Amino acid sequence: MKFAILINEGPYQHQATDTAFLFCKAALAKGHEIRRVFFYHDGVNNSSSLTEPPQDDRNIVQRWSKLAEEHKLDLVVCVAAALRRGIKDENLAPGFRISGLGQLVEAGIEADRLVTFGD
Amino acid sequence: MSEGTVKKFMFVNRKAPYGTIYALESLEVVLISAAFDQDVSLVFMDDGVFQLKKGQQTKGIENKNFSPTYRALDGYDIEKLYVEQESLEARGLTEDDLLVDVTVLPKAEMGKLMETMDVVLSF
Amino acid sequence: MLHIVNKSPLERNALDACLRVAQGGALLLTEDAVYAATRGNAAVEKITAAMAGMKVYVLGPDLDARGMSDRLIEGVTSVGYDGFVDLVAEYPTNQSWL
Repeated sequence: MKFAILINEGPYQHQATDTAFLFCKAALAKGHEIRRVFFYHDGVNNSSSLTEPPQDDRNIVQRWSKLAEEHKLDLVVCVAAALRRGIKDENLAPGFRISGLGQLVEAGIEADRLVTFGD
Repeated sequence: MSEGTVKKFMFVNRKAPYGTIYALESLEVVLISAAFDQDVSLVFMDDGVFQLKKGQQTKGIENKNFSPTYRALDGYDIEKLYVEQESLEARGLTEDDLLVDVTVLPKAEMGKLMETMDVVLSF
Repeated sequence: MLHIVNKSPLERNALDACLRVAQGGALLLTEDAVYAATRGNAAVEKITAAMAGMKVYVLGPDLDARGMSDRLIEGVTSVGYDGFVDLVAEYPTNQSWL
Protein backbone atom coordinates (compact mmCIF):
# COMPACT_ATOMS: atom_id res chain seq x y z
CA MET A 1 0.00 0.00 0.00
CA LYS A 2 1.15 3.55 -0.74
CA PHE A 3 1.31 5.95 2.20
CA ALA A 4 1.77 9.71 2.29
CA ILE A 5 2.85 11.38 5.52
CA LEU A 6 2.24 14.96 6.65
CA ILE A 7 4.33 16.33 9.54
CA ASN A 8 3.24 19.62 11.05
CA GLU A 9 5.55 20.08 14.03
CA GLY A 10 9.26 20.64 14.47
CA PRO A 11 11.82 18.35 16.08
CA TYR A 12 12.26 18.03 19.87
CA GLN A 13 9.46 20.49 20.73
CA HIS A 14 6.76 17.93 20.02
CA GLN A 15 6.63 14.14 19.71
CA ALA A 16 4.81 14.26 16.36
CA THR A 17 7.91 13.86 14.21
CA ASP A 18 9.17 10.96 16.36
CA THR A 19 5.85 9.16 16.00
CA ALA A 20 5.85 9.82 12.26
CA PHE A 21 9.39 8.48 11.91
CA LEU A 22 8.62 5.27 13.81
CA PHE A 23 5.41 4.87 11.80
CA CYS A 24 7.38 5.19 8.54
CA LYS A 25 9.98 2.65 9.69
CA ALA A 26 7.24 0.18 10.65
CA ALA A 27 5.39 0.72 7.35
CA LEU A 28 8.57 0.18 5.31
CA ALA A 29 9.40 -2.95 7.33
CA LYS A 30 5.99 -4.32 6.39
CA GLY A 31 6.70 -3.75 2.71
CA HIS A 32 4.52 -0.67 2.27
CA GLU A 33 5.67 2.23 0.14
CA ILE A 34 6.10 5.75 1.55
CA ARG A 35 5.08 7.84 -1.45
CA ARG A 36 6.15 11.13 0.12
CA VAL A 37 6.78 12.78 3.50
CA PHE A 38 5.63 16.38 3.46
CA PHE A 39 6.82 18.86 6.08
CA TYR A 40 4.53 21.79 6.83
CA HIS A 41 4.03 24.46 9.51
CA ASP A 42 6.91 24.18 12.03
CA GLY A 43 7.49 20.71 10.61
CA VAL A 44 9.84 22.37 8.09
CA ASN A 45 12.37 22.70 10.94
CA ASN A 46 12.96 18.93 10.69
CA SER A 47 15.05 19.70 7.62
CA SER A 48 17.56 22.15 9.10
CA SER A 49 21.16 21.00 8.71
CA LEU A 50 22.09 23.49 11.45
CA THR A 51 20.40 21.32 14.10
CA GLU A 52 22.86 20.08 16.73
CA PRO A 53 21.26 18.00 19.49
CA PRO A 54 23.31 16.84 22.51
CA GLN A 55 25.41 13.70 21.91
CA ASP A 56 23.20 11.47 24.06
CA ASP A 57 19.98 12.44 22.26
CA ARG A 58 18.53 11.14 19.02
CA ASN A 59 19.44 13.18 15.94
CA ILE A 60 16.04 13.70 14.39
CA VAL A 61 17.23 15.50 11.25
CA GLN A 62 19.99 12.99 10.45
CA ARG A 63 17.59 10.14 11.16
CA TRP A 64 15.24 11.39 8.43
CA SER A 65 18.15 11.89 6.02
CA LYS A 66 19.36 8.35 6.65
CA LEU A 67 15.91 6.80 6.22
CA ALA A 68 15.50 8.75 2.98
CA GLU A 69 18.82 7.48 1.68
CA GLU A 70 18.10 3.86 2.61
CA HIS A 71 14.60 3.79 1.16
CA LYS A 72 14.76 6.48 -1.54
CA LEU A 73 12.15 8.53 0.30
CA ASP A 74 10.88 11.81 -1.09
CA LEU A 75 11.15 14.31 1.79
CA VAL A 76 9.47 17.54 0.71
CA VAL A 77 9.60 20.79 2.67
CA CYS A 78 6.92 23.40 1.95
CA VAL A 79 8.59 26.44 0.42
CA ALA A 80 6.28 29.09 1.87
CA ALA A 81 6.44 27.63 5.38
CA ALA A 82 10.21 27.14 5.06
CA LEU A 83 10.98 30.70 3.97
CA ARG A 84 8.89 32.03 6.87
CA ARG A 85 11.09 30.07 9.25
CA GLY A 86 14.55 30.57 7.75
CA ILE A 87 14.91 27.23 5.98
CA LYS A 88 16.62 27.59 2.60
CA ASP A 89 18.59 25.37 0.22
CA GLU A 90 21.84 26.47 1.89
CA ASN A 91 20.82 24.97 5.26
CA LEU A 92 18.78 22.04 3.99
CA ALA A 93 19.84 18.62 5.29
CA PRO A 94 20.62 15.81 2.81
CA GLY A 95 17.64 13.97 1.37
CA PHE A 96 15.21 16.88 1.72
CA ARG A 97 13.99 19.11 -1.09
CA ILE A 98 12.03 22.36 -1.00
CA SER A 99 8.90 22.55 -3.12
CA GLY A 100 5.35 23.85 -3.22
CA LEU A 101 2.19 22.88 -1.37
CA GLY A 102 0.93 21.22 -4.53
CA GLN A 103 3.24 18.32 -3.61
CA LEU A 104 1.10 17.69 -0.53
CA VAL A 105 -2.17 17.67 -2.47
CA GLU A 106 -0.59 15.49 -5.16
CA ALA A 107 0.61 13.02 -2.51
CA GLY A 108 -2.92 12.90 -1.10
CA ILE A 109 -4.27 12.08 -4.55
CA GLU A 110 -1.64 9.47 -5.41
CA ALA A 111 -1.30 7.65 -2.10
CA ASP A 112 -3.77 5.10 -0.76
CA ARG A 113 -3.56 6.67 2.70
CA LEU A 114 -2.45 10.04 4.03
CA VAL A 115 -1.57 10.19 7.73
CA THR A 116 -1.06 13.50 9.56
CA PHE A 117 1.23 13.96 12.56
CA GLY A 118 0.96 17.25 14.38
CA ASP A 119 -0.13 19.16 17.46
CA MET B 1 -1.79 7.55 -10.68
CA SER B 2 -3.56 8.66 -13.81
CA GLU B 3 -4.60 12.18 -14.52
CA GLY B 4 -8.19 12.94 -13.78
CA THR B 5 -8.36 11.18 -10.42
CA VAL B 6 -10.86 13.06 -8.27
CA LYS B 7 -10.76 12.40 -4.56
CA LYS B 8 -12.91 13.81 -1.81
CA PHE B 9 -10.65 16.01 0.30
CA MET B 10 -11.80 17.43 3.60
CA PHE B 11 -9.92 20.12 5.50
CA VAL B 12 -10.93 20.18 9.17
CA ASN B 13 -10.23 23.47 10.93
CA ARG B 14 -10.41 23.31 14.71
CA LYS B 15 -8.16 26.20 15.74
CA ALA B 16 -8.81 29.89 16.20
CA PRO B 17 -7.03 32.42 13.94
CA TYR B 18 -4.02 34.59 14.94
CA GLY B 19 -3.17 32.79 18.21
CA THR B 20 -1.34 30.23 16.08
CA ILE B 21 -0.52 30.05 12.38
CA TYR B 22 -2.52 26.88 11.67
CA ALA B 23 -5.63 28.63 10.31
CA LEU B 24 -3.65 30.76 7.85
CA GLU B 25 -1.43 27.94 6.61
CA SER B 26 -4.44 25.63 6.31
CA LEU B 27 -6.09 28.18 4.05
CA GLU B 28 -2.96 28.20 1.89
CA VAL B 29 -3.30 24.44 1.31
CA VAL B 30 -6.98 24.82 0.52
CA LEU B 31 -6.24 27.43 -2.15
CA ILE B 32 -3.57 25.21 -3.74
CA SER B 33 -5.92 22.20 -3.72
CA ALA B 34 -8.27 24.12 -6.00
CA ALA B 35 -5.70 23.87 -8.79
CA PHE B 36 -5.94 20.06 -8.69
CA ASP B 37 -9.66 19.88 -9.52
CA GLN B 38 -10.48 17.75 -6.49
CA ASP B 39 -13.76 17.56 -4.60
CA VAL B 40 -12.90 19.84 -1.67
CA SER B 41 -14.88 20.36 1.53
CA LEU B 42 -13.98 22.63 4.45
CA VAL B 43 -15.14 21.96 7.97
CA PHE B 44 -15.04 24.43 10.81
CA MET B 45 -15.59 23.07 14.28
CA ASP B 46 -14.52 23.83 17.84
CA ASP B 47 -12.46 27.06 17.90
CA GLY B 48 -12.10 26.80 14.11
CA VAL B 49 -15.51 28.50 13.80
CA PHE B 50 -13.86 31.71 15.01
CA GLN B 51 -11.95 31.82 11.70
CA LEU B 52 -15.23 32.81 10.04
CA LYS B 53 -16.30 35.51 12.52
CA LYS B 54 -17.33 38.77 10.86
CA GLY B 55 -15.57 42.02 11.66
CA GLN B 56 -11.97 40.90 12.18
CA GLN B 57 -9.70 43.96 12.56
CA THR B 58 -6.07 42.98 12.83
CA LYS B 59 -4.32 46.33 12.51
CA GLY B 60 -3.70 46.53 16.23
CA ILE B 61 -1.86 43.20 16.37
CA GLU B 62 0.06 43.95 13.17
CA ASN B 63 -1.03 40.69 11.53
CA LYS B 64 -2.49 40.22 8.08
CA ASN B 65 -6.28 39.92 8.18
CA PHE B 66 -6.80 36.83 6.05
CA SER B 67 -10.53 36.46 6.75
CA PRO B 68 -11.60 38.08 3.41
CA THR B 69 -10.00 35.08 1.69
CA TYR B 70 -12.84 32.83 2.90
CA ARG B 71 -15.23 34.97 0.88
CA ALA B 72 -13.03 34.54 -2.19
CA LEU B 73 -13.13 30.73 -2.04
CA ASP B 74 -16.13 30.37 -4.33
CA GLY B 75 -14.02 32.04 -7.03
CA TYR B 76 -11.79 28.98 -6.75
CA ASP B 77 -14.81 26.66 -7.01
CA ILE B 78 -14.52 25.80 -3.32
CA GLU B 79 -18.12 26.05 -2.25
CA LYS B 80 -18.59 23.29 0.32
CA LEU B 81 -18.16 24.96 3.69
CA TYR B 82 -19.58 23.17 6.73
CA VAL B 83 -19.84 24.39 10.30
CA GLU B 84 -20.72 22.18 13.25
CA GLN B 85 -23.82 23.46 15.01
CA GLU B 86 -22.72 22.46 18.53
CA SER B 87 -19.43 24.33 18.14
CA LEU B 88 -21.23 27.52 17.11
CA GLU B 89 -23.65 27.28 20.01
CA ALA B 90 -20.90 26.65 22.56
CA ARG B 91 -19.26 29.91 21.49
CA GLY B 92 -22.32 32.13 21.50
CA LEU B 93 -22.33 32.42 17.71
CA THR B 94 -25.02 32.00 15.07
CA GLU B 95 -24.82 31.71 11.30
CA ASP B 96 -25.41 35.49 11.10
CA ASP B 97 -22.08 36.10 12.80
CA LEU B 98 -20.19 34.38 9.98
CA LEU B 99 -18.66 36.26 7.06
CA VAL B 100 -19.47 33.64 4.43
CA ASP B 101 -22.37 31.33 3.54
CA VAL B 102 -21.99 27.93 5.17
CA THR B 103 -24.00 24.78 5.76
CA VAL B 104 -24.56 24.22 9.46
CA LEU B 105 -24.63 20.55 10.43
CA PRO B 106 -25.37 18.92 13.78
CA LYS B 107 -22.58 16.72 15.15
CA ALA B 108 -23.87 13.34 13.93
CA GLU B 109 -24.40 14.67 10.41
CA MET B 110 -20.87 16.07 10.49
CA GLY B 111 -19.54 12.67 11.50
CA LYS B 112 -21.43 10.99 8.66
CA LEU B 113 -20.06 13.50 6.16
CA MET B 114 -16.50 12.75 7.34
CA GLU B 115 -17.10 9.06 6.72
CA THR B 116 -17.72 9.78 3.01
CA MET B 117 -14.28 11.37 2.47
CA ASP B 118 -11.14 9.91 0.86
CA VAL B 119 -8.58 12.20 2.49
CA VAL B 120 -9.08 14.14 5.72
CA LEU B 121 -6.54 16.80 6.69
CA SER B 122 -6.85 18.33 10.10
CA PHE B 123 -5.24 21.62 11.09
CA MET C 1 -12.83 5.47 9.74
CA LEU C 2 -9.79 5.44 11.99
CA HIS C 3 -9.66 8.35 14.44
CA ILE C 4 -6.26 9.23 15.85
CA VAL C 5 -6.00 11.37 18.99
CA ASN C 6 -2.67 12.46 20.50
CA LYS C 7 -3.69 14.94 23.21
CA SER C 8 -4.26 14.43 26.92
CA PRO C 9 -8.03 14.67 27.47
CA LEU C 10 -7.42 16.83 30.54
CA GLU C 11 -5.43 19.41 28.59
CA ARG C 12 -7.15 19.70 25.22
CA ASN C 13 -10.55 18.98 23.68
CA ALA C 14 -9.37 16.75 20.81
CA LEU C 15 -10.77 13.56 22.36
CA ASP C 16 -14.10 15.24 23.16
CA ALA C 17 -14.38 16.64 19.63
CA CYS C 18 -13.58 13.26 18.11
CA LEU C 19 -16.05 11.33 20.26
CA ARG C 20 -18.75 13.94 19.69
CA VAL C 21 -18.86 13.44 15.93
CA ALA C 22 -17.35 9.97 15.36
CA GLN C 23 -19.67 7.43 13.76
CA GLY C 24 -18.09 4.14 14.79
CA GLY C 25 -14.87 2.75 13.35
CA ALA C 26 -11.75 2.77 15.48
CA LEU C 27 -10.02 5.13 17.89
CA LEU C 28 -6.25 5.05 18.35
CA LEU C 29 -4.79 6.95 21.29
CA THR C 30 -1.15 8.00 20.84
CA GLU C 31 1.36 10.25 22.61
CA ASP C 32 -0.29 12.16 25.50
CA ALA C 33 -3.73 10.77 24.62
CA VAL C 34 -2.81 7.38 26.09
CA TYR C 35 -3.54 8.77 29.57
CA ALA C 36 -7.24 8.77 28.62
CA ALA C 37 -7.34 4.96 28.79
CA THR C 38 -5.64 4.55 32.15
CA ARG C 39 -7.35 3.53 35.39
CA GLY C 40 -8.62 6.42 37.47
CA ASN C 41 -8.32 9.06 34.74
CA ALA C 42 -11.35 11.35 34.55
CA ALA C 43 -11.71 10.51 30.84
CA VAL C 44 -12.13 6.77 31.37
CA GLU C 45 -15.92 6.99 31.35
CA LYS C 46 -15.80 8.63 27.92
CA ILE C 47 -13.56 5.87 26.61
CA THR C 48 -15.77 3.18 28.09
CA ALA C 49 -18.84 4.77 26.51
CA ALA C 50 -17.03 5.03 23.16
CA MET C 51 -16.20 1.32 23.27
CA ALA C 52 -19.88 0.54 22.73
CA GLY C 53 -19.62 1.91 19.19
CA MET C 54 -15.97 1.69 18.23
CA LYS C 55 -12.81 -0.33 18.78
CA VAL C 56 -10.30 1.45 20.99
CA TYR C 57 -6.52 1.05 20.72
CA VAL C 58 -3.52 2.65 22.42
CA LEU C 59 0.02 2.93 21.15
CA GLY C 60 1.90 0.70 23.62
CA PRO C 61 5.32 2.39 23.38
CA ASP C 62 3.68 5.67 24.45
CA LEU C 63 2.11 3.97 27.48
CA ASP C 64 5.45 2.40 28.39
CA ALA C 65 7.31 5.70 28.03
CA ARG C 66 4.91 7.31 30.47
CA GLY C 67 5.06 4.54 33.08
CA MET C 68 1.35 3.78 32.60
CA SER C 69 1.36 0.29 31.04
CA ASP C 70 0.07 -1.40 34.18
CA ARG C 71 -2.91 0.97 34.32
CA LEU C 72 -4.43 0.33 30.91
CA ILE C 73 -8.17 -0.25 31.28
CA GLU C 74 -9.79 -3.47 30.11
CA GLY C 75 -11.20 -3.62 26.61
CA VAL C 76 -8.56 -1.34 25.11
CA THR C 77 -6.00 -3.03 22.86
CA SER C 78 -2.36 -2.04 23.01
CA VAL C 79 -0.56 -2.01 19.66
CA GLY C 80 2.97 -1.20 18.48
CA TYR C 81 3.93 0.97 15.51
CA ASP C 82 3.37 -2.05 13.26
CA GLY C 83 -0.18 -2.29 14.63
CA PHE C 84 -0.60 1.44 13.98
CA VAL C 85 0.36 0.81 10.34
CA ASP C 86 -2.10 -2.12 10.14
CA LEU C 87 -4.93 0.08 11.46
CA VAL C 88 -4.23 2.78 8.88
CA ALA C 89 -4.22 0.12 6.16
CA GLU C 90 -7.41 -1.50 7.46
CA TYR C 91 -9.56 1.66 7.42
CA PRO C 92 -10.03 3.47 4.07
CA THR C 93 -9.79 6.88 5.76
CA ASN C 94 -8.19 8.23 8.88
CA GLN C 95 -8.28 11.51 10.69
CA SER C 96 -5.79 12.93 13.16
CA TRP C 97 -7.64 15.16 15.61
CA LEU C 98 -5.02 17.87 16.03
